[in-house]
Amino acid sequence: MSYNIYTLDHLVKRYGEREACNIESLDIHRGEALGIIGPSGSGKSTLLRLLNFLEPQTSGAIGFLGQTYDGRTSVSLDVRRRMTLVFQSPLLFNTSVLNNVAYGLKLRGMKDAKTRASDFLEKLGMESLAREHPSTISFGETQRVALARALILEPEVLLLDEPTANLDPYNVALVEDLMRRSLSEMGATIVIVTHNVFQARRLADRTALLLDGKIVEVGPTEQLFSAARDPRTRAFLGGEMVY
Amino acid sequence: MEEIASGIWQALTLIGSLDPEVRRIAIFSLQVSGLALLLAAAAAIPYGIWLAFSRFPGRRVLIGLTYSGMAFPTVVVGLIVFLLLSQQGPFGILGWLFTPWAIIVAQFIIAFPVIASLTMSAILAINPGMRLQLRSLGATRTQATLALLGEARVSMVIALVAAFGRVVTEVGAVIIVGGNIAGNTRVLTTAIVLETRKGEFAAAIALGLILLLISFTINIIATRLQGRALAR
Repeated sequence: MSYNIYTLDHLVKRYGEREACNIESLDIHRGEALGIIGPSGSGKSTLLRLLNFLEPQTSGAIGFLGQTYDGRTSVSLDVRRRMTLVFQSPLLFNTSVLNNVAYGLKLRGMKDAKTRASDFLEKLGMESLAREHPSTISFGETQRVALARALILEPEVLLLDEPTANLDPYNVALVEDLMRRSLSEMGATIVIVTHNVFQARRLADRTALLLDGKIVEVGPTEQLFSAARDPRTRAFLGGEMVY
Repeated sequence: MEEIASGIWQALTLIGSLDPEVRRIAIFSLQVSGLALLLAAAAAIPYGIWLAFSRFPGRRVLIGLTYSGMAFPTVVVGLIVFLLLSQQGPFGILGWLFTPWAIIVAQFIIAFPVIASLTMSAILAINPGMRLQLRSLGATRTQATLALLGEARVSMVIALVAAFGRVVTEVGAVIIVGGNIAGNTRVLTTAIVLETRKGEFAAAIALGLILLLISFTINIIATRLQGRALAR
């Protein structure tokens, strides 16, 4: 097994004339929590969709577990099911929380999906939500349910797109605690996109700053926060406008 | 006023005594419209799904035509079906004119665009991010499509209810292609027209009350389903 779970090589994604993402090189290590920070529109969400193989890149290559994908060859279901993405605006299905959490397991043909989902919700202290419909729960609870729906799949890679955006501090703490507890057991690789630099500092082993679709700097989180090399990184972490 | 009150009283007596002719017409109407709806649903739901999911040149035109079909004058539908099924028409050989089959064909044509348009709208109304969400959870293309249809299920049932309401209350096309033949093609709407013309108000009101009851029931079902969907 290689040390890197992902290897990105000259990865470019364009929408018409607009270049959303242009990453010369980025390695993501197995088992690490990588924080991607950057202002809105810097290409963070696009990068996550590319890492999840939800859309093909325009050019360049994504290496995943030793296999190279150039955006033209199809990605097998087995590979896609090794990873999952929690979206910034979580979309729950029009059914109970329990069914939402069980959904991914059902897709994988598990007959005891509901029992597992029920046990998992209990483990996370969310059993009281099991019978609720998504319309009756708060945004913070919705975010936690979306996270539970992803975590129950025990993915090798968990991609998180602003998982606590628009949440109050209490719910941010709940969601972060949920992430930490579950992931310490699973040993998954996490890529967390956030515009909240403090959250990246709390959760990520390494952090990368993305600006205009390009990686400005990447390094161990504490090192980046204490001694960033690039002036743009220092400016962003210092809360100055850099775009 | 007295005549109307007496008509309503006699109508209620007819309904209460389960008058065989009134009952037969009501059941026949439900059977014919039910079968027309079933056939239209079998064709229009897959068509609506296809139109919602596919991308091809001319799709917008086809969508426009399908929506326009909802406003197509039903009398013109009756005329077209009449011409097609008449002895000189291309399908005259079937001998369906002035039979229940002619009514079913006309009601099929009326129901088809309603079901297709509302099915398509229901699917298009789902958040576009849902498909990505499903794929991200590991759904195959088929599993994602089925899940999306599941998300649109309430609206699709509403589409069926709306189409049934439209065909069961239809009179213009039905009278043209069915001919309102007693014991053969007489349905609630055409019977009401006939009884009113004959001055048999009690029978007309009785049939009208049954039609209203069906119509109200359909609307209540649709409203409840819609309310449930909105509440979620």
